[in-house]
Amino acid sequence: MAELIFTDQNFDSEVLKSDVPVLVDFWAPWCGPCKIASPIVEKIAEEMADKPVKVGKMNVDENQSTSQQYGILSIPTFLVFKGGKVVDQIVGVPNAVALKTKLTSLLS
Amino acid sequence: MDYDVIIVGGGPAGLSAGIYASRRALKTLILTKDLGGQAATTPEIENYPGVDFTDGFDLMEKFRSQAEKHGAEIRAIEVEGIEKIEGGFKLKTPHDFFSAKAVILAFGLTPRDLGVPGEEKLKGRGVSSCVTCDGPLFKDKRVIVAGGGDHALDAAEFLAKIAAEVHIVYERDKFRGNAVLVEKVMKDEKIIKHLGKQISEIFGEQRVEAVTLQGSDSEKLPIDGVFVEVGYIANTKWLKDILSLDQRGQIIADKYCHTSAPGLFAAGDIVDMNFKQVVISAGEGAKAALEAYRYINHSEGKPIIPDWGFTKE
Repeated sequence: MAELIFTDQNFDSEVLKSDVPVLVDFWAPWCGPCKIASPIVEKIAEEMADKPVKVGKMNVDENQSTSQQYGILSIPTFLVFKGGKVVDQIVGVPNAVALKTKLTSLLS
Repeated sequence: MDYDVIIVGGGPAGLSAGIYASRRALKTLILTKDLGGQAATTPEIENYPGVDFTDGFDLMEKFRSQAEKHGAEIRAIEVEGIEKIEGGFKLKTPHDFFSAKAVILAFGLTPRDLGVPGEEKLKGRGVSSCVTCDGPLFKDKRVIVAGGGDHALDAAEFLAKIAAEVHIVYERDKFRGNAVLVEKVMKDEKIIKHLGKQISEIFGEQRVEAVTLQGSDSEKLPIDGVFVEVGYIANTKWLKDILSLDQRGQIIADKYCHTSAPGLFAAGDIVDMNFKQVVISAGEGAKAALEAYRYINHSEGKPIIPDWGFTKE
């Protein structure tokens, strides 16, 4: 599955009620490190396309309600949701291998 | 050897070195934990020759695509260690090892922490060292900037346009930034100045809730965000056994970018230079790459032709 776009509107159905774990990349256009992280996340989305996991991004500027609800105070922040709950969090540009390992471990 | 040259760092010096090394047909890898370094988070650059005005990220994006276009490979991996091996060096990263005949160290400086209780725990939860990234998330909130130099003053000005309440705290009795900026901040009534004080503790459970300002007296200030702008340090402990560092931990390099270890070159802000500027780093990076090229050819017994034409050696 390619990288998804999450919004305040679809967050409940796409993330919280998802049957599979979801990685959400909270980002904004003004943020330099987010632009660095973006290709890393896209690559993970591609590499894990055949796995039961969703990968997507949420623009914090356009979706302030969800971002505030989860207390996003630094971007990029990555939250991993499973069964509607946050099970993992990474702040800052992630290491590609570490991020993929985290997601893979949730699949078992 | 996996590569001819490995460049550690992906800011102006590292990417420029990547352009020059790959254009000399060296098999080049750039290992970097971020892309564009400090320059990428600088909102406005007006002094890069040939470019009137640019956003730091856009300029670094051009450096990156130019390096890749000429054949440099870039991987977002942080280097943790280095070891001398026969005919070159081995670099350690969290999951792999990479070897090269020559290495260019161009990983710049790292923002310094305050080193107070609560800071580490609340990083990313209200404690930030990137005002251009995280500042806009503090719309209508209360924030404090720690520091008294240009970066701190810029941060306070930037936040004054976004946040509801802006404080700046600096341990000396006068800010040390450039005069124009200091005057601007001193005149800005939106910015509350706390001179002769410093943050001694940051409080909060899930997120920042307050800081203690310590001076001749002590005051607890309710706050939502702490922006740390107290300068930079050289993160070079992993190199101390292999090359010479100065008192601040910066790498000592000569005017040819040679460090004390043959085959190890250095360029940019991590070097013991007086000025930390994008154009200087870019130039030094180019120089380091050409010196590495020369070093590799020399060690392989190939002829070295200097730029001015005549041959010696």
